Amino acid sequence: MSVVTVQLGQCGNQVGLELFDTLYNDAQAGQRKTYATASCGRFFHQTEHGEHVARAVLIDMEPKVIKQNFSKTAKSGKWKYDNASGFNQRQGTGNNWANGFCIQGPRHREAVEDILRREVERCDRLHGFLALMSVAGGTGSGVGTHVTQCLRDVYPKSFIVNHLIWPYRTGEVIVQNYNSVLTLGHLYQLSDGLLVHENDTAHRICSQLLHIKDISIADINKVIAHQLGTVLQPALTADSNGVYSTNPLGIDWQLRPLAVSERTRSLTGSNVNTSLANLLILRGKDVFSAETGIFDDAALYSSWLSPKDAFKIWKCPVSFNKYEKTATLVSNSQALIEPLDNMVRKAWSMFAARAYIHQYTKFGISEEDFLESFTFTEQIISSYSQLGCNV
Amino acid sequence: MTQSVIVQVGQCGNQIGCRFWDLALREHAHFNKKGCYDDTTGTFFHNPNGDSCGDNGRIQQLKARAVLLDMEEGVISEILKGPLGEIFDSTQLLTGVSGAGNNWAVGHMTYGSSSRDKIVDQLRKAAEQCHCLQCFFLIHSMGGGTGSGLGTKVLRLLEDEFPEVCRIVIPVYPSVDDDVIVSPYNSMLATRELTENADCVLLVENQALVEMLKMEYACHGGQHTKSNKVSAMDRLTGPEKPFDAMNDIVANMLLNLTSSARFEGSLNMDLNEIAMNLVPFPRLHYLVPSLSPVSTLPRVSNSTRKLDKLFSDVFSKRYQLIKTDPKRSLYLGCALMLRGNVHMSDLHRNIERLKPTVPFVSWNPDGWKTSLCSVPPVGHSQSLLALANTTAIKSTFMEMRERFCKLYRKKAHLHHYLQVEGMEESLFSEAVTSLDSLIEEYHDLDASVGKLMPAAARLKIAK
Ligand SMILES: Nc1nc2c(ncn2[C@@H]2O[C@H](COP(=O)(O)OP(=O)(O)O)[C@@H](O)[C@H]2O)c(=O)[nH]1
Ligand SMILES: Nc1nc2c(ncn2[C@@H]2O[C@H](COP(=O)(O)OP(=O)(O)O)[C@@H](O)[C@H]2O)c(=O)[nH]1
Ligand SMILES: [Mg+2]
Ligand SMILES: [Mg+2]
Repeated sequence: MSVVTVQLGQCGNQVGLELFDTLYNDAQAGQRKTYATASCGRFFHQTEHGEHVARAVLIDMEPKVIKQNFSKTAKSGKWKYDNASGFNQRQGTGNNWANGFCIQGPRHREAVEDILRREVERCDRLHGFLALMSVAGGTGSGVGTHVTQCLRDVYPKSFIVNHLIWPYRTGEVIVQNYNSVLTLGHLYQLSDGLLVHENDTAHRICSQLLHIKDISIADINKVIAHQLGTVLQPALTADSNGVYSTNPLGIDWQLRPLAVSERTRSLTGSNVNTSLANLLILRGKDVFSAETGIFDDAALYSSWLSPKDAFKIWKCPVSFNKYEKTATLVSNSQALIEPLDNMVRKAWSMFAARAYIHQYTKFGISEEDFLESFTFTEQIISSYSQLGCNV
Repeated sequence: MTQSVIVQVGQCGNQIGCRFWDLALREHAHFNKKGCYDDTTGTFFHNPNGDSCGDNGRIQQLKARAVLLDMEEGVISEILKGPLGEIFDSTQLLTGVSGAGNNWAVGHMTYGSSSRDKIVDQLRKAAEQCHCLQCFFLIHSMGGGTGSGLGTKVLRLLEDEFPEVCRIVIPVYPSVDDDVIVSPYNSMLATRELTENADCVLLVENQALVEMLKMEYACHGGQHTKSNKVSAMDRLTGPEKPFDAMNDIVANMLLNLTSSARFEGSLNMDLNEIAMNLVPFPRLHYLVPSLSPVSTLPRVSNSTRKLDKLFSDVFSKRYQLIKTDPKRSLYLGCALMLRGNVHMSDLHRNIERLKPTVPFVSWNPDGWKTSLCSVPPVGHSQSLLALANTTAIKSTFMEMRERFCKLYRKKAHLHHYLQVEGMEESLFSEAVTSLDSLIEEYHDLDASVGKLMPAAARLKIAK
């Protein structure tokens, strides 16, 4: 079962490169043939010379990042991208979701679908799509939303997971909250699951846990790629009968960075965090004897759920990336209410001042379109907020 | 990758343009060691031999993506005689003989009408040589006649002919003691055009440039004479002319502005992101640039303290290319464009540090736009260009209005303007009205501070 990864915009392409590097290095390390075969079949195909080629489609509206990806991977001599799987234009989307979604996306739909189809046809069995993108810029967010919509149309039965990078709160893009609300308002209806990483959290992991002094985007991407890697690599599930490749993706989760240690818990600052679902992934030594009872506590879950249904564990005795053991928690919970609420509040306050609207209407979205996305995101906040209530 | 065209108009525009081309060539020569024509070089330079190069793959010939306009011959013919001459074709320049006599109306009306078609032709030609034209940069002074008059006419032509292409204007405003007596008229009439037709205006004022230079010389006293010799040797244009050092600052600002679009980096900023992030309302598109380091004199060290100093610099008046009072600033948005070896953590540490001193409007409390370009300017390890959209610019416009009114009340020199065909007195009052409403828009934003405005009620979701 293979996954086609779609890398969108600067962020998606930079994170994607790091992710494939992590997956490849992990799969190739040591003598773990079954694991390696399962992982590689999922994320790479092999040329007749045995070279590993990422099952990836690279999309950007400017050329620099994709070009850099191609040359970096070619130089590394480990795995590579198929140059024919890249699609770029010359001029970026200018941090404008409307430009990406209404203009660039539709304009290049056919070309992009062709590349996607070619990649899909290379898979013996297609499991689904993983779209990597930021929500704050214009290409990942706008074109990314449009591409997700196209995937939904063309592959209605395949699962689509969007991995989203949420921006720093003091951002790099002034209109990031507009772009985020518009993206989330649409993906909410299109995607099977949104995996979320916040840049602020990844940054804090670099500074507080890894003690990196000068933190670069590459450091942040390594953290993100590692977390994503532990989720995506082969694992054994309760009903997989010891066979790796059935690692099922496609339920609604949201990912909280890092494992549940006391230290990280204090980082995220949450205490009572009601969940809809938790997925715990254990890799490495002693996984079969690990004590996971605290996740069976009914108090963690919405009252109408039983922990038995809401909590899943995947285990893998093969260690991940040279760590003796790792634990990763993917949690569909209230943890994202606060950052989401923060995003929507700021966007709404800008909208009330009518600031920047002309930049968007210029590319063909209306104030009603904004309102619709606001309604959807408020709906998400409201639904998650009610999880804790005993109604 | 995209390409951009520089349109330089009048004496000032052409002299600044000239410095830009010199420094741009130097920058590309420095980083393009192989000497091959590539996308990065192609941003501002056209290769007349197509994408191919000579036998050894090296560039044979480069032409500037530029249109040079003036109403007299002096400045442009001197450029052509100099070593930069070969990067311009006779088809990309247009000169007159009579000059504009520092009269906006002559530049805008007389010359603007008579050479309209020729100018449009040249603009089209420059555009056709681009695969993907992203931006026009228009450089001219506001106080004279050609730059202010014809320059703002060109701005209109650009809007008509290339509505999709971003228009960024770099106008040089006259200082209070400018020797052109009617400069307040010219600036006022031209400002209205900028307000109505530009996407973005990066303000520059001559007195500010002079003070920046003084400051640099004071800091680097002894060192300066020596380094100056070095840079004079690097230069193609030979001995310095009076404005050269000032014009270098503007040229460096332009190089910084476009570096992230030309070179790679971990956080790119394309030119179309400038207006998108910094212009919340169509008319409020005036940006205050500040740049550190100011000069091309290399500073040696790149320790953290020095990097943090760049951030402090750009929020100090002394590093602004037009002086505004930071204490009276309410920010609508602010871009920080970094070059060189700068980390995400440097950026965030400094934003956190400066935040308390940089007040933003209530609806844009985190109005930062940032970019990281990995290629530093020649001779430095790092540099920072800030672009601030701030209400402090209001006082600059108010002073300008005052100087204008002083002349206009007495109707001084008015007849020079009114005798020009196509010029009407109503244009003066309309220009004032336009400026007044601009000032008012800034004023309203200032007035909103401190008032307890209830946060807009969020949408309610029915349960
Ligand atoms: N974690 C991470 N975030 C990134 C990266 N590149 C850009 N971003 C974030 O993405 C947002 C900007 O979007 P970007 O992907 O550059 O825009 P696009 O190219 O138009 O899709 C900002 O919130 C950045 O913090 C990256 O490589 N890693
Ligand atoms: N910074 C700078 N200002 C200049 C330069 N040349 C002229 N000026 C200023 O421009 C104004 C006069 O306009 P000028 O460009 O000479 O007129 P034009 O040729 O009719 O457009 C005055 O304010 C001068 O101080 C120059 O090379 N650099
Ligand atoms: Mg002159
Ligand atoms: Mg970007």
